[in-house]
Amino acid sequence: MRQFTKEMKENGWTLVIPNMSEIHFNVMKRIFDNHGYNVHLLENYDHTLVDEGLKYVHNDMCYPCLLVIGQMLDAIKRGIVDKDHSALVISQTGGGCRASNYYFLLLKALERAGLENIPVISMNLQGMNKNPGLKITKLMLLQAFTGLLYGDLLMMLYNQTKPYEVNKGDSDKIVEKWTEYLGSCYARNRGYFFSNLKKNMHGISDDFHNVKCDRSKKKVKVGVVGEIYMKYSKLGNSNLKEFLESQDAEVMLPPMMGFVLYSFKNGVYDDEYYGGRGKYKTLMKFIFPFLLKMEKMMTDSISRYPEFHRSATFPELESYREGLIDKGCKMGEGWLLTAEMAELIEKGYSNIVCTQPFGCLPNHICGKGMIRPLKEKYPNSNIVPIDYDPSATRVNQENRIKLMLSIARENLEKEAD
Amino acid sequence: MLRLGIDVGSTTMKVVALNEDNKVIYASYERHFSEIAKRSTIMLEALEKEIGDQEVTLSISGSAGMGLAEEAGLPFVQEVYATRTAALTYLDGVDVIIELGGEDAKILFLTNGLEVRMNGSCAGGTGAFIDQMATLLGISRDDIDKLSEGANEIYTIASRCGVFAKSDIQPLINQGARTEDIAASILVAVVNQTIAGLAQGRKIKGKVVYLGGPLTFIKSLRKYFDEALGLTGICPENSLYYVAMGTALAPGGRKMKISSLVETINGLESNGTYSKLKPLFKDKDEYIAFQTRHAKASVPILNPHEYKGSAYLGIDSGSTTIKCALISEDGSLLLSRYSPNNGNPVQAVKSFLNMIYSEFPNIVIKGSASTGYGEDLMKTAFSLDDSLVETVAHFIGAKHFLPDVDFIIDIGGQDIKCFKIRNGAIDDIFLNEACSSGCGSFLQTFANAIGKSSAEFASLALESKSPVDLGSRCTVFMNSSVKQAQKDGASINDISAGLAISVVKNALYKVIRTTNKENLGKNIVVQGGTFLNDAVLKAFEDELGLEVIRPTIAGLMGAYGAALYARSKKRDESSIIGKEELWEMKAKMSSVRCQGCTNHCLLTINDFGGKRRLISGNKCEKPITGKKKDDDSSYNIYQYKQELLKAYIDDEGDGEKSIGLPLALGMYELLPFYHTLFKELGYRVVTSPFSNRELYISGQSSIPSDTVCFPAKLMHGHVEYLKRKGVDEIFIPASSYNVNEEKGNNHFNCPVVAYYGEVIRGNQDLEGTKLVLAYLSPDNEKHFTKRISELFGIPRHECKKAVKKAYEELGLYHERVNGKADEIIRKAREEKRRIIVLSGRPYHVDPEINHGIDKLIVSLGASVVSEDSIAVKELKKPVDVLNQWTYHARLYDASHYVLTEKDMDLVQLISFGCGLDAVTSDEVREILERGDKIPTQLKIDEITNLGAVKIRIRSLFAALDMKENETVY
Repeated sequence: MRQFTKEMKENGWTLVIPNMSEIHFNVMKRIFDNHGYNVHLLENYDHTLVDEGLKYVHNDMCYPCLLVIGQMLDAIKRGIVDKDHSALVISQTGGGCRASNYYFLLLKALERAGLENIPVISMNLQGMNKNPGLKITKLMLLQAFTGLLYGDLLMMLYNQTKPYEVNKGDSDKIVEKWTEYLGSCYARNRGYFFSNLKKNMHGISDDFHNVKCDRSKKKVKVGVVGEIYMKYSKLGNSNLKEFLESQDAEVMLPPMMGFVLYSFKNGVYDDEYYGGRGKYKTLMKFIFPFLLKMEKMMTDSISRYPEFHRSATFPELESYREGLIDKGCKMGEGWLLTAEMAELIEKGYSNIVCTQPFGCLPNHICGKGMIRPLKEKYPNSNIVPIDYDPSATRVNQENRIKLMLSIARENLEKEAD
Repeated sequence: MLRLGIDVGSTTMKVVALNEDNKVIYASYERHFSEIAKRSTIMLEALEKEIGDQEVTLSISGSAGMGLAEEAGLPFVQEVYATRTAALTYLDGVDVIIELGGEDAKILFLTNGLEVRMNGSCAGGTGAFIDQMATLLGISRDDIDKLSEGANEIYTIASRCGVFAKSDIQPLINQGARTEDIAASILVAVVNQTIAGLAQGRKIKGKVVYLGGPLTFIKSLRKYFDEALGLTGICPENSLYYVAMGTALAPGGRKMKISSLVETINGLESNGTYSKLKPLFKDKDEYIAFQTRHAKASVPILNPHEYKGSAYLGIDSGSTTIKCALISEDGSLLLSRYSPNNGNPVQAVKSFLNMIYSEFPNIVIKGSASTGYGEDLMKTAFSLDDSLVETVAHFIGAKHFLPDVDFIIDIGGQDIKCFKIRNGAIDDIFLNEACSSGCGSFLQTFANAIGKSSAEFASLALESKSPVDLGSRCTVFMNSSVKQAQKDGASINDISAGLAISVVKNALYKVIRTTNKENLGKNIVVQGGTFLNDAVLKAFEDELGLEVIRPTIAGLMGAYGAALYARSKKRDESSIIGKEELWEMKAKMSSVRCQGCTNHCLLTINDFGGKRRLISGNKCEKPITGKKKDDDSSYNIYQYKQELLKAYIDDEGDGEKSIGLPLALGMYELLPFYHTLFKELGYRVVTSPFSNRELYISGQSSIPSDTVCFPAKLMHGHVEYLKRKGVDEIFIPASSYNVNEEKGNNHFNCPVVAYYGEVIRGNQDLEGTKLVLAYLSPDNEKHFTKRISELFGIPRHECKKAVKKAYEELGLYHERVNGKADEIIRKAREEKRRIIVLSGRPYHVDPEINHGIDKLIVSLGASVVSEDSIAVKELKKPVDVLNQWTYHARLYDASHYVLTEKDMDLVQLISFGCGLDAVTSDEVREILERGDKIPTQLKIDEITNLGAVKIRIRSLFAALDMKENETVY
């Protein structure tokens, strides 16, 4: 396997990254630009990529893996990216879930496709499989963290405004405006942090508040949870959000920050249950409150206006988990997924699509395995688990979602009476 | 105004008209054969004739109706929701509705908290499933109903998906089980699947209503539901039409005249948005050239009327067809037959033999051999000389045809078999797993479903201009892909071509898993009945980008190979039964429960008179030889491990307070550890026994995810057992980390092993028994002690001693196992037995999980050791995947070790739904191939077709033999 070297960076090689969530990634892309990396976010969504995935990845492997690798190979084969001057970036979560294997499976796939010359970069925070040409500095991390928060905020407010806007396209313009503005902040390396963070966030919520909306007609409120890629990626969930909105629903996707904080916190719980992580625990004692403070800034800026639903903060999510699933359940989305469902139900989004790749191991437990306990705790919950895989058909999936929506509409009418 | 409800399901279409009093004044029901627009026009015109062209309000429902509604801009009502609306209107006090449709199964709980359930994408216990099974038996759906009344025995059949069920039914057919019993078993399987898969722990009680086609037409199905639920459900008037009725009732219907509705539907042009592929043939000329080229690959044929002298008979008793070939001394084909076995393969062969004897008195059969699923049955019934495993038969046939063949691919009715040939011997074998059998019988079933023969259906594909891209998954998925394509307006031609292409893709990418075509070699022979379909053949050539050879007798190659094999034996006389005996032959079939051990296998005994008696359905040799051959732990470490574990199970101790340990998942290895720990802490330790079917069924109803692996599903039964035993508390450890054996970068458990206890806590009714779901890990002794002390409120110093003892016991257990492995290896080498490293996870020791595969291997003359006992002999080696799970790391080391031993081979057990094995299976295969070993992987699930496993293992042994000594056929 070839490394991504400093020379490659200097020669302007492209870092190819699959775009998992457009709002988030479009903001964060500019951070890389600022540090001298040339990033290409993959947005080739043609069906040919599934064939590539099927060809080069074991067909029983999780769907996101198949899609992401298929998307990269498709982009290379079709010349969307320059195979001689690009490196592929893939995430490596590093937990007990098989998702930690994506990096290695990409290497295998490239070898089989005769493309082993293309460097692969593992994106992780544990320092696994380093490449000399890419160094994630502390500054970048901090920027990425703010980028994620901005992305979450934009997504939360966009999803709550878009279905009600009077002049179609107003919400999109706000996202565009802020993506551009924040990007320029990152490029200038100023204007995104400290007091600016609050200022920008308030600016964003002001803008969405000022969109002319008609909220007189109540819409069915649907929450989407699940495996992280299936949940956010329109490639993964076949444009689930768009479909739900076309059925006259308002869609809530819990913010990505929850997953990041959950990942950080797991090590702390590990120390309690299994010991041996004292240093990490101490480190988190300093870092975690700081992260929470920033998260709170984000949620506070949403609650400035009553028409918006504020997402739960991480400590709140932890409390939603209680009585349902243990904090030790930490592979994949783990207890976070259950907590998000509970939160959604409590906040009025009792209609939920729980998305997962077919045969997703952790979701047998924290997704499908928790529907019954949730139903017992919240009898009004209306959860439909949907499996995604290369051959799952939209007819089948949409039919089940429509069943969930029929019940949701009936409940909405009952409420209105 | 009349209200109209139109329900377009996956296979049928219903139209209902209601008057103002909600009374049904018109109802019609028809199969739509996927021609939805056409059929709806016909049905609506019939309606118009009956009631006149009035204005009505209407809505559409059903899985295939969704597309119609969308395109026509008409209101759509989700079908389950419609059912509910209708039930609330027409029926009083209903608690539960069970509705089976063509491809969907639904349960609605109406009282005490509304809940509606639909089967997921991987659940096929439905009408289409019953139809598929009927096709397999060569009978109609009505016959299933009638025949099942005369059933005496119920066999266990998986109905979770059609593919699994087929592989359960096939051996039954080939063993000669009564059709009555099979028919009843199919219906019972549907009942079990519906209750277990859909109720998910919620009890079905009160007033139950049965709706939908299968439950309306098949009264035995209702009877079995009644029996299973312990109640009498009702099937109301109009039970076929509830969806349509609910659709008519739903508010928001569109007002329009019937004639303008017909016009709207007629005017629909499909949007044609389905994903398209290249056509198979550009034009007629290309097709003719193609046919001419393949016609050249023929065997020499002799006129049997003119032939005098020795001949050799080969019989290939396949899953759905029976193939016979009679060849001359020089290998020319004299006579052949290729016919469906219609559930009675013996009869088919009898008539063939009869023809030889009566019409060709000058031909003398000098040798005879059988192969295929029914090889034993044939050999016994007709007293044949030899039988051989089908892989070898196909290999012999192909090699005779093309001596320098590099690759053989055979797609039959049920299986795909591929062999890579190197130096004239089989070098690698690929067989399809239960979950990827997109084979011939699927094409046939689909053809039948639209009222066409296989050949007619295949010829449609040749004219397709833009074949549908249907993916490359198993048949169940293909069904729903076809549905989608229909919705998107694909023609039947395009669907036929698409199916042919997907069968090929399935074989290439799912079974052979090739990405590099050069790997297959230059000289490729394709055979098996499915390749007689020109569309499949062309799709295969297109996909590979090269020309292959299809013998004109592609469907007969197994039989032809068997005949060649019989010829190679150079016998003076064949033992085959003569004319008189054949004439007098009477087959008697009976089934009995074996009383030899606690397995109580259901044995099928075929008695053909004389000494010709065949017992099948047995898991061991005992019912045949009277004793358990080779059945002791000196050949089999799985059995030894069971003996060791049994000692812990039997030793409860006499503590005052009792704690229950469910023997499932990780506990299979850590039982010595936890058993000792709790005994030392003063508990009476109650361990659940090895799993069996009954134990599984007892916990089945609380399983929330039907796609989780079988070892996890069994946990429910074990917990149920302990609960019924009345233990004070049940202990389930939850450990992200396993013991650190220093064999990988980390030592995780898989997510399911780690946290399955959460599912138990959330879904199983423990009726007051306390569940201790303990987050802790034995990877750190000190911290483990601390956790135990915290969790059980026992002072740390007391725990310390107990924990220490537990670790010692675990060490001792490993020592014993490893020592035994050495002993087994030594003995095997003395006796010149092959050594098989049967590799999986510790819980594969459970007899219900491994289905006795360990014993099967021993009965075939090899000795069995396990992955853990071999992995310890190897140092950690680098691998190409992330190696961070304790149990999986052992697989890699065991594979590496096997490479160093000439007489050792590795067979990997893969549990269906094991996500991590998607990673390990490829890596293990690569390691073994690098060392020139033949990788063998067996996918196992709730029910496993041991017949297929046997073929796989025998093929492995035959290939190894061939490698060692060259034989000429």
